[in-house]
Amino acid sequence: MNNVQDKKRANKSLPFFLRTEFKVFFSIILVSTILLISTLSFDTVPPILNRGIQPATFPKGLLVLIIILTSIIYYLSFKRPWKKEKDLPKPFFLTIISFVLFIIISKTLDFFLAIGVLSVFVSYYWGERRILYLLLVSIIFPLVVFIFFEMILGLRFPPGIITNLYYY
Amino acid sequence: MMVPLFSSKLLLVLLFGTLFGLVLGVLPGLGPTTGGALILPFTMTLDPLSAIILLTSIYCAGTYGGAITAVLINTPGTPAAAATCLDGYPLAQKGEAGRALGMATVSSTVGGIFSVVVLVFFAPILANLAYEFGQPEYFALAIFGLTMLASIGDGSPIKNLIAGAFGILISTVGKDFMTSIDRFTYGINELSVGIGFIPVVVGLFAISEMLTQSTLLDQVFKRVALKAVKLPTKDDYKKTWKTILRSSGIGSFIGVLPAEGGTVASLIGYSEAKRFSKNPEEFGKGSVEGIAGAEAANNAATGGAMVPTLALGIPGSATTAVILTGLIIHGVRPGPDLFKEQPEFLYGIFGAMLVANILFFIFGFFGAKIFARITLVPNKILWPMIFAVSVCGTYSLSQSIIDVWIMLFFGVLGFFMRRYGFSVVPVIIGLILGELVEGTLRQSIVIFDGNWLMFLTRPIALTFFILSLIALAFPLIRSKKNKKII
Repeated sequence: MNNVQDKKRANKSLPFFLRTEFKVFFSIILVSTILLISTLSFDTVPPILNRGIQPATFPKGLLVLIIILTSIIYYLSFKRPWKKEKDLPKPFFLTIISFVLFIIISKTLDFFLAIGVLSVFVSYYWGERRILYLLLVSIIFPLVVFIFFEMILGLRFPPGIITNLYYY
Repeated sequence: MMVPLFSSKLLLVLLFGTLFGLVLGVLPGLGPTTGGALILPFTMTLDPLSAIILLTSIYCAGTYGGAITAVLINTPGTPAAAATCLDGYPLAQKGEAGRALGMATVSSTVGGIFSVVVLVFFAPILANLAYEFGQPEYFALAIFGLTMLASIGDGSPIKNLIAGAFGILISTVGKDFMTSIDRFTYGINELSVGIGFIPVVVGLFAISEMLTQSTLLDQVFKRVALKAVKLPTKDDYKKTWKTILRSSGIGSFIGVLPAEGGTVASLIGYSEAKRFSKNPEEFGKGSVEGIAGAEAANNAATGGAMVPTLALGIPGSATTAVILTGLIIHGVRPGPDLFKEQPEFLYGIFGAMLVANILFFIFGFFGAKIFARITLVPNKILWPMIFAVSVCGTYSLSQSIIDVWIMLFFGVLGFFMRRYGFSVVPVIIGLILGELVEGTLRQSIVIFDGNWLMFLTRPIALTFFILSLIALAFPLIRSKKNKKII
């Protein structure tokens, strides 16, 4: 049983910097260190206004705690290497690309156009080929959502080439 | 003042909440936490009581709904239903899906109603105790809540603590609430008001789940046929009544503990059912006791989790963190004063939870077959729709496009956190407790004139610190048995 589990675990022959546990450890430590350095630039308050501790002290403490705990999990991973994860499939990356597309389109063209584009993109690359269903997720459903939020919540969506047609 | 619980409007809200909760529970990957977060903006059109009733009915019904998928397709609709799969699916495979769902429905209802009774009795007692709490005690309590994250069901203890600390760190983004000094804003004006709870919750739960689903497209669910849900037989009741009561007690107790929730409750309820059973060898092969043990416990955790949420403002689970946000958004401040000043509001919630448990029994019993069909909606249609609702829901709360981008960021982050064994629940709990932790710490230091050791002179605070140490030590002791620390 243990042998089977060991086989499922990360290949120890990989250089340490390619192992999952190192990548996770390195990412967390890197981000935490950058954030820790940025706390040094927080303004300080004069002692008379200071309520207990400086505004930077609490986040600093948290970041140090995160760094210590991350170091512990990395140290423990020497004894018990992490499971090797399966490679991510193509639809995952396409979904991430659709998020990027969404951000670009919502910022430059239109919020609802961006939702429609993402929906049709994701639905198509996840395997949907029926035109009716693609229309449903990319046009009809976002339209229903738009009308619902607009009418019931009285929400005003950001201006854009399509949204403006409704507002003006 | 009488609670107008049976007004047509509140009944309609309850009915909708229960149905919506069931749908959320049935759909794998969604659940009452994500659903509650998505519906939070809609609650702004309701009065506070209706809004909280909507959220609590979603919580109760969503927790039960997970069992339908667990029994019929061997995939827990919610994490709390994971233990239900162990016996629910094998029993369904034997052609007894109706019996399995009947047992799940009855035990969930009994567990849920039991926990409402616990809530009615214990929440006021806890709230009375909380009158003795000052800032140091609240700080110690919040620390206790956070250390409890170490022992929540999914994720390893240390990773859970890292995630919890990260959640608190997120709460420090924006203007410092005591001195108005910017922290982690990097000149972005929108960040000076801080990072909202909804973008983080929707990102960590809904968007990260969408990414997870993108990796599981080749997965094929085999749904077991269901003719009708059957009430348990006399023999089944004889076999399981003790298990149901025991698990109801366990679930309520686990629910009361800060940060713990239905997932831990159902696992403990299940293992205790096996330990006390006369036929432990049947567990894993379709034991009705196994189903009863898990389901009574996870639904009992709902009422239990509402106890610290309402009495102390400390969430008992991820979903109650959403409910807590709902309370705050609607200007209701949970805590002892709520019990003194707005008892009718609380009785409204208690009554609604009771009715929600009865409603999901009825819907579950007569409609499980229809709800099971929802699982047939293909992911390639479902998730783009969920994305559209997530985006609009997140945008609607502050009408800020930055919130939508924050949601996407946390979606990607949540995916990688889950991939590498970090639970996202502690981030939510940390985020909601962050301001309480920092605020009470800083005020305590002012009270103690900078002498940190003064914390140890306060008996209640000291008790919570000792409990925190126990909470931290517990997973280490447990890990000696199963070697799971990292």
